Amino acid sequence: MAVLEVSGLSKRFGGVAAVSDVSFAVQEGEILGVIGPNGSGKTTLFNCILGQLRPSAGEVRFDGRVTTGMNPSALNRLGVSRTFQLLQVFPRLSARENLILAGQEHRGGMVSRLAGPRDAGLGGAADELLAFFGLGSLAGTRAGSLSYGQQKLLDAAMAFMSGPRLVLLDEPAGGVNPSMLVTLKERLQAYHAERRATLVIIEHNMDFVMSMCGRVLVLAEGRTLAVGAPAEVRANPKVIEAYLGR
Amino acid sequence: MIGGAQSRIAAAAGLAAVATLIVAPLFLRRYGLYLVSDWAVMTIAAMGLNLTLGYAGQVSLAQGAFVGVGAYSAAILTTHGWPFAAAMALALAVSFAVGWALGYPALRVRHHYLAFVTLAFSTLAFLVFRNEAWLTGGVEGIDGVPRPSLFGWSMRPPLAYAYFCLAALAFVAAAMAWLIRSPWGRSFLALRENPLRAQSLGVDTRRYTLLAFAIGSALGGAAGALYAPLVGLVEPPAFTLALSLNLLMMVIVGGSGYFLGPFLGALIAVMAPEWLRAWENYYLILYAVLVMGLLVVSPTGILGLIDRYALHRAAAEASAARAALKPSIEGP
Repeated sequence: MAVLEVSGLSKRFGGVAAVSDVSFAVQEGEILGVIGPNGSGKTTLFNCILGQLRPSAGEVRFDGRVTTGMNPSALNRLGVSRTFQLLQVFPRLSARENLILAGQEHRGGMVSRLAGPRDAGLGGAADELLAFFGLGSLAGTRAGSLSYGQQKLLDAAMAFMSGPRLVLLDEPAGGVNPSMLVTLKERLQAYHAERRATLVIIEHNMDFVMSMCGRVLVLAEGRTLAVGAPAEVRANPKVIEAYLGR
Repeated sequence: MIGGAQSRIAAAAGLAAVATLIVAPLFLRRYGLYLVSDWAVMTIAAMGLNLTLGYAGQVSLAQGAFVGVGAYSAAILTTHGWPFAAAMALALAVSFAVGWALGYPALRVRHHYLAFVTLAFSTLAFLVFRNEAWLTGGVEGIDGVPRPSLFGWSMRPPLAYAYFCLAALAFVAAAMAWLIRSPWGRSFLALRENPLRAQSLGVDTRRYTLLAFAIGSALGGAAGALYAPLVGLVEPPAFTLALSLNLLMMVIVGGSGYFLGPFLGALIAVMAPEWLRAWENYYLILYAVLVMGLLVVSPTGILGLIDRYALHRAAAEASAARAALKPSIEGP
């Protein structure tokens, strides 16, 4: 069953078509890679799917339900989570607090969030997820004091805290050093294997994409250039041309 | 343990401050007691603004107007024979509702533009206080606002009312401490630091923005309801933009986004005219120079200065801890 269906999605900024008529579906438990040269519309596509931008045309369905233009926080509470291209942890909060924040709006009501426990009953789950991402001993450390790679891991962990059905990761490997990258990839794969979360990953690191994703969607100038298995896509002459020029 | 000695010093200082507040009024005369009461009232109003501005990051130049809304609500009700509790309830309800409504522009505009919107509201409130004489007494104001009595004890004597204000402050402070440590507090902070990310984590930024305005304004209203019986006369000039700016100054000088910031900021704002009395008319100039000097050295106020020092030390310790930990993270 398709968790995410995008059909005929377009986004224009004035005269510029950032995304034109893109359609694809992501099946339950799949890892889909989204690649393409800079400016090909990958992040705009994400922002349209996630309600950060209102598409000019087209439709987005999550679990069969139309979510086009839905408010990002409501969509997140339905079970769609994301990371951003740039680090977006809360530097003044501890690593544990960052994860509690990422999960607290998903349980109970406003009253229980005011009158209930400070950790919203998520302290244990937060520590578990931190340990899963190899950050267990840093739970009490301010996120801003963590190294870049550790913050990147925390950023990814935050997207998983609410137990989402679908996670969109925007360049999770960007700027991460090689040894940390191994940890990140291995942890994401382990998470995917354990919880069967459906992932969509924008990434420039080809090794990362080719080894993690079951299918790859290639965008160029806002249009779908190719969709298919990594090896297939890599051999596609149109894809090579888009990346390397004629 | 990081900051063990620091937290012991902080606890001792806190205890000393509370003990002073309990004992000192016994030795103060009428004017001193007025200053203590005024400080408590202004601290409550500044705590409200600190929630809106300091924690949730929404600029407001209208907190003084909400003090006015609370003061007039209380004055109108108590001079018509209603008990103080009812007046306080009305002050809270009206300022909460008006604050909620004022939050709507904040959903569309931020920073300077939001400051302008709240500035307009501040002016509007002043005009209502001054011109709607049938309700507010116009330029004459409302005189003879009675002080409440509690379980048959009259709060009329200055000493009793000073303790009444301090007790109200203690109650508000406890509630605020609870609020900012609850998940709500975390969401307010997320709203201030990074609204986009907060949204993507399911935080209903719309609802929390409105709540930040409404709760902050309600505390302004509560302060107003305490202020009216303190001075006895409620008149429009007390609630002009000057009060809003003064409250903003208290929050910023004390340390915006720090729990103790309003206590310190209100102390300075209430006491500075007294301490600098020898300077007569030049005191405002000196006060302005001191504030500007502070903001150049530390834009996050006095507590921000202290916090920066503590953070500097904590960061040094954390990087030492990280260096020790590194091999185990890269292991698997």
